[in-house]
Amino acid sequence: MEKKTESQETLNDEVKTPGKLSRMFITLYDVFQFIGRFFKEGFLPPYEVKELFRQCYEIGYRSALLISTTGFITGIVFTKQSRPSLSEFGATSWLPSLVGIALLRTLAPLLTGLIAAGKVGSSIGAELGSMRVTEQIDAMEVSATNPFKFLVSTRVLAATITIPILTFYTAMVGMCGALLNVSLSENTSAKAFFQSSLEQITFLDFTASTIKAILFGFTIGVVGCYQGYNSSKGTEGVGKAANSAVVIAMFLIFIEEVVSVQFFSLFRT
Amino acid sequence: MEQKKETDKQAEKVIEIKGLRKSFGNFHVLKGIDLDVYKRENLVVLGKSGTGKSVLIKIIVGLLTPDSGDVKVLGQHVDQITYKELLALRLKVGFSFQNSALYDSMTVRENLEFPLIRNQKNLTKGEVNLAVEEMLDAVGLLNTINQMPSELSGGQRKRIGIARTLILRPEIVLYDEPTAGLDPITCLDINNLINEVQTRFHTSSIVITHDLTCAKSVGNRVAMLLDGQFQRVGTFEEVFNTNDERVKPFYDYNFIQ
Repeated sequence: MEKKTESQETLNDEVKTPGKLSRMFITLYDVFQFIGRFFKEGFLPPYEVKELFRQCYEIGYRSALLISTTGFITGIVFTKQSRPSLSEFGATSWLPSLVGIALLRTLAPLLTGLIAAGKVGSSIGAELGSMRVTEQIDAMEVSATNPFKFLVSTRVLAATITIPILTFYTAMVGMCGALLNVSLSENTSAKAFFQSSLEQITFLDFTASTIKAILFGFTIGVVGCYQGYNSSKGTEGVGKAANSAVVIAMFLIFIEEVVSVQFFSLFRT
Repeated sequence: MEQKKETDKQAEKVIEIKGLRKSFGNFHVLKGIDLDVYKRENLVVLGKSGTGKSVLIKIIVGLLTPDSGDVKVLGQHVDQITYKELLALRLKVGFSFQNSALYDSMTVRENLEFPLIRNQKNLTKGEVNLAVEEMLDAVGLLNTINQMPSELSGGQRKRIGIARTLILRPEIVLYDEPTAGLDPITCLDINNLINEVQTRFHTSSIVITHDLTCAKSVGNRVAMLLDGQFQRVGTFEEVFNTNDERVKPFYDYNFIQ
């Protein structure tokens, strides 16, 4: 027979008192079930298209200013810090390529992922957490609506779609910052700068970045939603959900970064 | 003749509960309760805080599952049906939450539209608008249609919560502490609204409360939940015409103090 409600699970979880290790495995099992439910329900009709677009707007548009500022400053600082080392070897002409590769391969996905984990992850965790403790999720359930589809599937999907877009936007803004720094120090035209930086970027770089960004977006969405959707213990639980959403998502993003760098380096040789 | 009468009574039951038990860890909340709710009656469940009143109605609507016992709602065993069947059953069972549980990111209009457009997909935009306005009019709050829940008073939130519950035209309405935290005048308004809902929409209801004014005003029958079991069930007078030391303080507190 199919599972009925989440609130019941939460209550049952509270009354059991397993050890730390058992608790970890129970949580892992819960998370995999949660992800499984997303794939099972997220792509089946009825589709919550309006809510999906609203979430894409919330995640994308509202994070754009913070990401632009961070990306731009990173571009300037990275270029400025890299110049002395390169100029020792008389290789300052490699600066655009270095910045381009660094931004696209690692800085843009990682920066975007971390900022989004902080801004988007905490907001999702807090919003769903507060909906859980104020019984709004239960209210959706008893009105014969699937709250998982409306609240979780749309947010996870929106984060998975929007973070890659933001990643390339961050890379572009970062390149603009780098261009500003290069233009102030050397007589390099924008055309020459972009030509030089883009010619070293391969299709693999582009693909790897996209896959990483999708993974980061999915992680932020799932962690935020899982923490918020399963929160309990009143307002304390809401704060805990928001905090855990950020900490766990950031931790997982770093792990995914390390693993993906190792994985994609296999293809570079 | 006697048998036919019994069959008719059986047919009128909308909720049948037998031997229901529910525990949270070592805390035994419901210890094998039996309860029947008949068509078009308002049954008030009274009891102290933490005696499992809300747990009872959450089990009825499938938000919690019982440890044992049988819960039959409109002829269906709630704990034995699939999720899809449960969703279909929930269309017929409305639930009004203690804190209203309005979706605070949506306006009043969107709160009412939410269950309607997801469960009655054949409705046109005009029909949805009409249904929303009609329901808000029924609870006397048509003027709040474009307001956010944060802009409403406690009493208004309760009314909107009830309107959202009623918009799917349920056969049964479960009210969880409808008058909790409200001033006496607003309590009277809510009590009148519950009675009006019963008359106008022909609903059967379970009203969870520890407010005896509410119980007396809306309840056709009253059930007193004490120590995990229904100790007394009957009319308001029948229940409180007793020297039971566990029941008397309720009456004394509400009507003497």
